[in-house]
Amino acid sequence: MTEIAPITTRTVDARGSFCPGPLMELIRAIRESQVGDVIAVYSSDSGSRTDIPKWVEKAGHRLVELVARDGYDEIVVEKRR
Amino acid sequence: MDESLNLVLFSGTDDKLQAAAVLTAGAAALGRPVNIFLQYWALDAFRATKIGGDHGLAPEAGAAGRVAVDALARAGQATWAETLRQAKSLGGVDIEACSLSMDLLRLGTLDLDPLVDGVEGVTAFYLNAGDGQIVFI
Repeated sequence: MTEIAPITTRTVDARGSFCPGPLMELIRAIRESQVGDVIAVYSSDSGSRTDIPKWVEKAGHRLVELVARDGYDEIVVEKRR
Repeated sequence: MDESLNLVLFSGTDDKLQAAAVLTAGAAALGRPVNIFLQYWALDAFRATKIGGDHGLAPEAGAAGRVAVDALARAGQATWAETLRQAKSLGGVDIEACSLSMDLLRLGTLDLDPLVDGVEGVTAFYLNAGDGQIVFI
């Protein structure tokens, strides 16, 4: 059994936004989403690279992946509750 | 982690208000209730006619600090007022004006930006804060 790679439901482009802007935008997107939805956040803010995974764990969601792209991070989160 | 964060904002410069707004947004993101009490020059900065303006920086910023803050603003950093609006949209953030400072500045509730939820005295602030920590900025 291999885990099926989740398909991104929604992309939030928060590049250019400073701490805690990307997290604010992710929270808004999660609130508007259904459980099981997968949200990709684009962030060029270095603080969000640590803050968003910590928030995701605290809030009971799942960090699917955090990938360093060219000049920004792609942080993928599955809404779990 | 539902303990409240209680901020007494005294200073009205943009750097201190920005720091307070970021602290507020982070606490709100974690679901912590945030009570903000506006006194003196911080309250003055929340006037409807002034909130969008330039409120200067703390003296220690100096010329180099001014340049750095301006650069971040040009790069697209949200203003402190916008960050507070975002934090309030998460819920659990209450912003109250200190009644004594309202008298000092000769303000009425209609003079204040809608970010401000109401006017209260210091005792009400302490009662809302409960056993939560209080931070003075």
